[in-house]
Amino acid sequence: MNKQEYTITVYTENQVGLLNRIAIIFSRRKINIESLNTSPTEVDSVHRFTIVISEYEDVVRKLCRQIEKQVEVLKAYYNTENEIVWQELALYKVPTDVIATEVKVERLLRENGAHTVVIRKDYTVFAVAGHREETEALIKVLEPYGLIEFVRSARVAIIKGSSGFHERLKEFEQKEPGEEAIENEFLDKNQEVFSM
Amino acid sequence: METLEITKVKQGSKKTTTVSGSVAVLEAFLAEGVDTVFGYPGGAIMPIYDALYDYNEKLTHILVRHEQGAIHAAQGFARVSGRTGVVFATSGPGATNLVTGLADAMIDSTPVVCITGQVFAHLLGTDAFQETDVINITTPVTKWNYQVTDANEIPHVLAKAFYIAGSGRPGPVLIDITKNAQLQLFEYDGYTKCEHIRSYRPKPIVRKEYIEEAALLINNAERPFVIFGQGVILGKAETEFKQFIEKAGIPAAWTIMGMSAIPTDHPLGVGMLGMHGNYGPNVLTNECDVLIAVGMRFDDRVTGRLDKYARQAKVIHLDIDPAEIDKNVKADVPVWGDCKETLPLLTKLVVQKVYPQWLQKFKDYQQKEEDKVIHNELNPTSEVLTMGEVIKTLNELTNGDAVIVTDVGQHQMVTCRYAKFNQSKSNITSGGLGTMGYALPAAIGAAYGDSSRTTVAIIGDGGFQMTLQELGTIMQFKPKVKIIILNNQFLGMVRQWQQLFHEKRYSFVDITSPDFVQVAKGFGIPGKSISKRESLKSSVAEMLKHDGSYLLEIMVGKENNVFPMVPQGRGVAECVLSKEEI
Repeated sequence: MNKQEYTITVYTENQVGLLNRIAIIFSRRKINIESLNTSPTEVDSVHRFTIVISEYEDVVRKLCRQIEKQVEVLKAYYNTENEIVWQELALYKVPTDVIATEVKVERLLRENGAHTVVIRKDYTVFAVAGHREETEALIKVLEPYGLIEFVRSARVAIIKGSSGFHERLKEFEQKEPGEEAIENEFLDKNQEVFSM
Repeated sequence: METLEITKVKQGSKKTTTVSGSVAVLEAFLAEGVDTVFGYPGGAIMPIYDALYDYNEKLTHILVRHEQGAIHAAQGFARVSGRTGVVFATSGPGATNLVTGLADAMIDSTPVVCITGQVFAHLLGTDAFQETDVINITTPVTKWNYQVTDANEIPHVLAKAFYIAGSGRPGPVLIDITKNAQLQLFEYDGYTKCEHIRSYRPKPIVRKEYIEEAALLINNAERPFVIFGQGVILGKAETEFKQFIEKAGIPAAWTIMGMSAIPTDHPLGVGMLGMHGNYGPNVLTNECDVLIAVGMRFDDRVTGRLDKYARQAKVIHLDIDPAEIDKNVKADVPVWGDCKETLPLLTKLVVQKVYPQWLQKFKDYQQKEEDKVIHNELNPTSEVLTMGEVIKTLNELTNGDAVIVTDVGQHQMVTCRYAKFNQSKSNITSGGLGTMGYALPAAIGAAYGDSSRTTVAIIGDGGFQMTLQELGTIMQFKPKVKIIILNNQFLGMVRQWQQLFHEKRYSFVDITSPDFVQVAKGFGIPGKSISKRESLKSSVAEMLKHDGSYLLEIMVGKENNVFPMVPQGRGVAECVLSKEEI
């Protein structure tokens, strides 16, 4: 078994300090978080963390169990790349005069699916949303033309098999939640029990 | 002084009264059945202490001498009583002094609720006097923590705190309350206990199919072996556990934390597991065909080298905490759930059986250990006393009815190896964290946890010097704690390792001690120091007979070692009985 990229999706209550509680589960084990995004979900009161790490599946499963153990965590899932739809957003700041003079640049930007966010006299900002390879490809393209600044966001991801959290939450709100809510124990039987 | 916010009287049927946040804290305690609080006042918790002034008939407050003493006392209280221990400490240094105890309670799953004072909310983050980021410092060592900045939150936050600390796999909870919230007057509409938090599931659902699978494995086993931990005690499932092993006829060994869940002389009890546990249970772990782990977490001190641990066995793991399943040892059959529920289900399905030959194997190993280690430890021919004979004498005089609190080190291992217990919640020690200095304050708490029982603290000369300030607490509040200091004039366990694994290079293990009897005398506690065998029994008897606390220092062999031992990095089957075998 090799280390692999996993995307961990955590549904939580929205509470101060929870980010730290989740982050230290990784740092305590000296595991580097490659990307971390916090976001609201389709359910008002439920918050969502999307975390990317490269690890062995065994380690990721144990991490998810530790995450779910936290009082304010509702659910944690881990998925490989083919089980999710994901995007990252990147911004590129390039000198405007280069774009104005070099026709080629405009074509390259179009080819890479970039769109313009802002145009000023001195610089222009482009944005690309996509996979890591795509956002990284454009850096290579723009570097010869004087890329001033580059930034990439954390990953956002949606689990392909998920039907959202509305129904799931009803389970949690019951005093005696059914088996649906407690499937965390079966993290090792990913395919069979991931009804999301 | 900041302005006190007075909320409007709520419309509706519920009657409200205007109270301060501090009063709400104390009312929460009363509603939760708290009668004893261990604490130490300070600037940021003064409003709560001011309110406490009017509650002294309903709440006993024990003023400790250091906040670490408060939390260890609360731990001792919780472990003996089976209830949640409660602590008060102030902000800054008061709160940071709790950290060791929180870490200890976290790893040993002890239910404790700590209330810390905090600077006024408007001063948070300004480096105010005695301000520390307590929530972030304590996050890794608490099951849950929360900062209250508004008194209106206090009733339901405390309800959550007690619910979380005591339910599921118990643990420590810390609530940090800013001074303004303690002072703030608000409309209090009573206290409602928390029974459900949607994101928190203390008990996994019991899956019948796994119970059935487990029963099938057990019924077809030829050499089944049960190992159990504190889960049996925390789950209050001692009876259910006994019924299970008695029906299935399976030999059972305890971890240090599980000790006393069944009487130590139970015919199926085969002893203690682990680095200094008994020979048979360690070695035979690698000969059993089905290993049934109940409420234990396969700590490295229990398993030794994992790749040499019970590889031949099918493992059934009963635990309430899903994160423990497969964490260290892969379970063939995971039985998630509260063992108070799962054990009776399992008992119903297992066939009544006996394994005389298999049990005999444990007895054979027991005999080997008896001949090579135990006999000499308990009946030494040397002039100097051994720790083992002290414990043996104590067993004879208490009949195994005492609560025994140990510190950490050689005396802890010897006590746990030889002490006899008749009832549960009797062996109180710092298992997971190995906190030297734990015993004296924990024994104070234990004495309050069940004042009808005799509490004996057994402490080394090193550990005693870490928290001996708590003699002051004993002096003032007079809990009856019998203190035995087993003085070998060394930091014994480290010395043993230096002797065995570092070519006897004794590096800073030679510790000088004060005259402990004089120290105790200074605190108004009578005491005595002995070194001769002929005065051992009479001195221990005198200590036990004395109506009140007593300190008995017993000088023991300086360079005695604890055996058997599973040396670090070896498998359990490589357990050795003497230093020659290492």
